[in-house]
Amino acid sequence: MVNASRISLCNGRLIDPASGIDRIADLHLAEGWVLAIGDAPEGFRPERTLDARGLIVCPGFVDLCARLREPGHEQKATIASETRAAAASGITMLCCPPDTLPVIDTPAVAQLVHQTAERLGYAHVLPAGAVTQGLEGRKITEMAALKQAGCPVLSQADRPIRNAQVQRRALEYAATFGLTVFLHPRDQDLGEGGCVHEGRMSTRLGLPGIPEASETVAVARDLALAEQTGARIHFRGLSTARGVAMLAEARRRGVRASGDVSLHQLFLTEADLAGFDANCHLIPPLRTLADRDALRAALARGDLAAICSDHQPHDADAKLAPFPETAPGISSLETLLPLALRLVAEGVLDLSGAIERLTAGPAAILGRNLGRLAPGDPADLCVFDPGEIWIPTAETLVSRGHHSPFLGQEMRGRVVWTLLGGRVVFEKQG
Amino acid sequence: MNTPNPQLDAQGHLKHFLTIEGLSRELLTEILDRAEGFLGVAQQAVKKVPLCRGKVVANLFFENSTRTRTTFELAAKRLSADVLNLNISTSATAKGETLLDTLHNLEAMHVDMFVVRHATSGAAHFIAAHADPHVSIINAGDGRHSHPTQGMLDMFTIRRHKPDFASLRVAIVGDILHSRVARSQILALTTLGVAEIRVIAPRTLLPSQVEEAFGVRAFHDLSEGVRDVDVVIMLRIQRERMNSALLPSEHEYFHLFGLTEKRLSGARPDAIVMHPGPINRGVEMDSQVADGPRSVILEQVTNGIAVRMAVMSMCIGTQTLNSQGRGEFLNG
Repeated sequence: MVNASRISLCNGRLIDPASGIDRIADLHLAEGWVLAIGDAPEGFRPERTLDARGLIVCPGFVDLCARLREPGHEQKATIASETRAAAASGITMLCCPPDTLPVIDTPAVAQLVHQTAERLGYAHVLPAGAVTQGLEGRKITEMAALKQAGCPVLSQADRPIRNAQVQRRALEYAATFGLTVFLHPRDQDLGEGGCVHEGRMSTRLGLPGIPEASETVAVARDLALAEQTGARIHFRGLSTARGVAMLAEARRRGVRASGDVSLHQLFLTEADLAGFDANCHLIPPLRTLADRDALRAALARGDLAAICSDHQPHDADAKLAPFPETAPGISSLETLLPLALRLVAEGVLDLSGAIERLTAGPAAILGRNLGRLAPGDPADLCVFDPGEIWIPTAETLVSRGHHSPFLGQEMRGRVVWTLLGGRVVFEKQG
Repeated sequence: MNTPNPQLDAQGHLKHFLTIEGLSRELLTEILDRAEGFLGVAQQAVKKVPLCRGKVVANLFFENSTRTRTTFELAAKRLSADVLNLNISTSATAKGETLLDTLHNLEAMHVDMFVVRHATSGAAHFIAAHADPHVSIINAGDGRHSHPTQGMLDMFTIRRHKPDFASLRVAIVGDILHSRVARSQILALTTLGVAEIRVIAPRTLLPSQVEEAFGVRAFHDLSEGVRDVDVVIMLRIQRERMNSALLPSEHEYFHLFGLTEKRLSGARPDAIVMHPGPINRGVEMDSQVADGPRSVILEQVTNGIAVRMAVMSMCIGTQTLNSQGRGEFLNG
């Protein structure tokens, strides 16, 4: 690691969607902050100069949902292992859901997660505080205290509140403190026992399905409650065309709602389930090609403001069982950049748009004026080679989780340097 | 995705029998032809052929089933294999042993074939993917997914009565949603090229997009659905589906979807009636039909042994059969 406090990044293509910059320019950093773009200020003597010729320099990525598994599930991963993987992925800030053990429902646990990450120094970790105590969906948490302890948002993780009255009260209480509530829209009863999208493939493979209505019923309820209460909600990981359309329609009416998508949902569909590949066991499930295309279109229009990794590292045993008995989720930090670039190659977004949805877009949802590179901003940034071709394998992943349907596939685009607060926290080897 | 079929070896021969999906009409026909040869074995004074002599077959049943296990056991013994019966149900897993631990422990006993029944869809595929390469897996039912030997014994029974698949209309009646048998039948009938497949049930018992998923026609009226069909296959309905959100009562189910002589009268005069057993008389069909002249239900049981012998011998047999059902060595 290089601990130079004055660094110049020279000759790179600087892309900062938040300030509308896309040009070849030098970037000068001092004491952890962006000092200047273009010519160095008079008398500036960098301790280190990084040659970014042919590379892209952009704000560090902000990931709205990545599990680190600590505290409580250290057999799967730790804050150390996963923030290292985040650094290797160009991610400088991530939000972790509260489904740790113990749950992030008290300031003590929130501070433990946040401070452990800060001490390690690979990436900023912002814990999402639980909406209800123990995520049990009955009693609300001390939200003001959680906010004080550094939780920028609240979340129920994958355990939506069944009781609509509790949900309503939780939204009202959160709105008292201006806290956005992350919702994973799922009607638990409709999806009971399901593990894949209810449709052609579930019928063919005899796998219990999760119907589209499991998402749309929850989206409808939560939009109605957001409208009623004036609370600000964010749908984490939408998966259906109709769910996204309902969100877009409500936003036009002025409901304070936003949404994001997990990156794998933009590439995989229910058709990838053939052969019972446990790496395609995801919640929400992979849906149809029409859903995938609607998600892509919503991302392009801006109805979905952010791309998430939805990183869920698992130990080997978690996936060693018949498909429905495996743990859902994949390790997805390190494929974030190349898959986002694949969206560019496939014409879904332009390069600046893709970077925006990995930086300023998600930062705005966290209520942070971050994810940009103007003078005076923190020097959290990612430098990547957009042309480098590489193949992720279980052996080369930095994350402790080695499950991904994208292993063995050719990826284009690779992180060269990640800087956090002006320090190089990742440097590509070789 | 075009992944190679995990059921076939490099030469295209049957290695595992996990599902009908992805198998060719030629291969299914080979199973049926082989089973014809084995029907005679039961009539011999010595009901055995030496095709699997020296092989060890383990029946690995994570879900109880006396009937299916018995026919697999008989099939293996008639092929001269040694048979281990292991009723795992929940005991091993209750002790914390994983499915793979159980599997590897048995592999250490040099078993050549596992006949696996498991309550979870995809279990047989999972076991085949993780088993030692020399072991063959036969799926004896996984969740709602597949029960391919049952599907093939039903094809065998149909062919003995109706040799020309291309002209057949077949109706499958009952709980399609939860039925691995129906899925295997539909795939086999499709591969063998029948003219039309109908599924008949209330909407609660039909899986999502069943018509698009399988290329079948869905009916909600039994009399209409069995009109002019050559084969009626009744499925077993589990008692626990009754008095739930799926079905209100046995009474209403039988009233609307129970097979009676009267309802059957719209089918072809020579139509046959099948059921994988055990029958709930007065729920799926009345006794007059079950014991009537069109019923081939008991034949299905007999044929099950021959079909399972065929599949087992194709997967691990060392010899082939001549037309008299006697063993003949290949490659010395």
